[in-house]
Amino acid sequence: MSRRRSLHLAAGLLLVAVVVGGVLLSYLWLPFAPDDTSGGRLAPPGGDHLLGTDKLGRDLFTQLLIGGRIAIGTALGAVTVGGVLGVSFGLVAGFATRWLDDAAAVLLDILIAFPTLLLAMLIVAGAGASLATAVIAIGLAMAAVVARLTRVLVKQILARDYITAARVAGISWPRIVVSHVLPNIAPTVSVNLALQAGLAVLAEASLSYLGLGTPPPNASWGRMLYEAQATVLVAPVAALAPGIALVALVIGVNLTADGLRDFTDPRRSR
Amino acid sequence: MIRYLLRRTAILLVSLSAAAVVLFVLLRLLPGDPANALLPVGATAEQIEAARRELGTDAPLLSQFFSWLGDVVTFDLGKSLVSTLPVGDEIAARLPVTVPLTLAAFTLAVLIAVPVGVLAAARADRWYGPVINAVAQLGIAVPAFWVGLLLITVFALNLQVLPAGGFPPGGWSDPGAAIEALVLPVVTVALVMSASLIRYVRSATLDVLGADYLRTARALGASSSQAMWRHGLRNAAVPVIAVLAMELATTFLGAVVVESVFALPGLGGMLVRGISQHDYPVIQGIMLVSTATVLVVGFLGDLAQRLVDPRLLHRSTS
Repeated sequence: MSRRRSLHLAAGLLLVAVVVGGVLLSYLWLPFAPDDTSGGRLAPPGGDHLLGTDKLGRDLFTQLLIGGRIAIGTALGAVTVGGVLGVSFGLVAGFATRWLDDAAAVLLDILIAFPTLLLAMLIVAGAGASLATAVIAIGLAMAAVVARLTRVLVKQILARDYITAARVAGISWPRIVVSHVLPNIAPTVSVNLALQAGLAVLAEASLSYLGLGTPPPNASWGRMLYEAQATVLVAPVAALAPGIALVALVIGVNLTADGLRDFTDPRRSR
Repeated sequence: MIRYLLRRTAILLVSLSAAAVVLFVLLRLLPGDPANALLPVGATAEQIEAARRELGTDAPLLSQFFSWLGDVVTFDLGKSLVSTLPVGDEIAARLPVTVPLTLAAFTLAVLIAVPVGVLAAARADRWYGPVINAVAQLGIAVPAFWVGLLLITVFALNLQVLPAGGFPPGGWSDPGAAIEALVLPVVTVALVMSASLIRYVRSATLDVLGADYLRTARALGASSSQAMWRHGLRNAAVPVIAVLAMELATTFLGAVVVESVFALPGLGGMLVRGISQHDYPVIQGIMLVSTATVLVVGFLGDLAQRLVDPRLLHRSTS
């Protein structure tokens, strides 16, 4: 493995670990109750309130930790939805007859032409704004991208000689999928899913910022930034901390995905 | 070229109609009845029935689809459920904000990304190569709305050199004020877009730098910058043009979010309002216009790619 990539992997895992650590901590201990307004409005950082309080008097560090739950939850949830649906659809399309496969390819291209955020907004329009809606919507948009990748990979693998050999040896298609196709597409698909996880976190933050994601009083980082915008001159930390947390998590996820690429494609290591 | 043009136009038309079908089906599959948007909470079954008849949502799906499609082809996007004004008119009234914002941001992003990306590739051994990489990596992880918020804080609230948001009520009749209102939004979208563009430009340039024809040109006596200008740029442009077409679509989406940050009266604000009010004709209209734009831009991008690299015309399908 190249030194640069292992450096990326280490830095990425460290950033992700800090956020995940904060989230785990939030389940064991919180500096204040989420709805505790005893600190007074817009208290400055320092003292009891590490990052100060918001305009309702709630502790910002507490909200930041809770926002981490939403960010990590979105990433995991969307990757699960997108991964399961995308890989299943991609597998079916990859195995399908010519005509059905062409139709699937065109459908996926059209779905991908709708940017993730627009597709998510469309689903929120019907189902109402909530964290679950946002996660499912982002996961569905992700599924289209994952399905297109899976379909191409499956087609490449099905053309290999060892698949023909397995068929000749009388192995059934389901067993070929489990023992040959899935293990071979897994590395590339997981790197892609990791990259998509970063995008999912950004998409949820954008939805929440627009008021179309997690409804109050839950402190999504996107919502925190929206609320901080009005008081940015009085309480600049409130507008900085959630943004920095977001960027750190997304960079962490991206760097991890970048570093993992070495394991998936040995030719890339130099 | 003509054969390709016909083929590609056919594909465009097929995708446009398919997109219309997908959009229509998606909106009908969604939970929630558009009739609810018209009615107060606790409406009776008869009222709901009447509202459905008024909206035409009681008709069979297929006939609903064809009547909608018929309207769309004649540029009639229906009426807003909330304001009862024609959706098409409102979209048209908002384009003078969104279109200049998107185009200016896209142009600025290209002007930043192309030289910086080429520099990062050509001078990968100098100190600024890795620095550019790190900045680009940072840039793709930063949400656009946060960049907007930071720019507002610095330039509008602290330095007070530019407005924090809004658009002059007279629109472009006061060009100075309109441009001032768009400076920060344009910079916001452009900064975020250029981060991902830089990475594409850099890798396209790196591919070209290792090519045999550049070495040959150098061997024939061209200086390295001559070789790059005459042979390198055109080759590096081919993959970048394909990405640019996609990025223009993404820029438009970035503009949708950033418009909300700066309280601009563009399509983005209209879409967000439509979604929170469950105003289906508004959502449908904006989605249709933006998807059609994405597909048409992709079409133009493919054509441009073939003009720059005629070899593509003779290669197999699509």
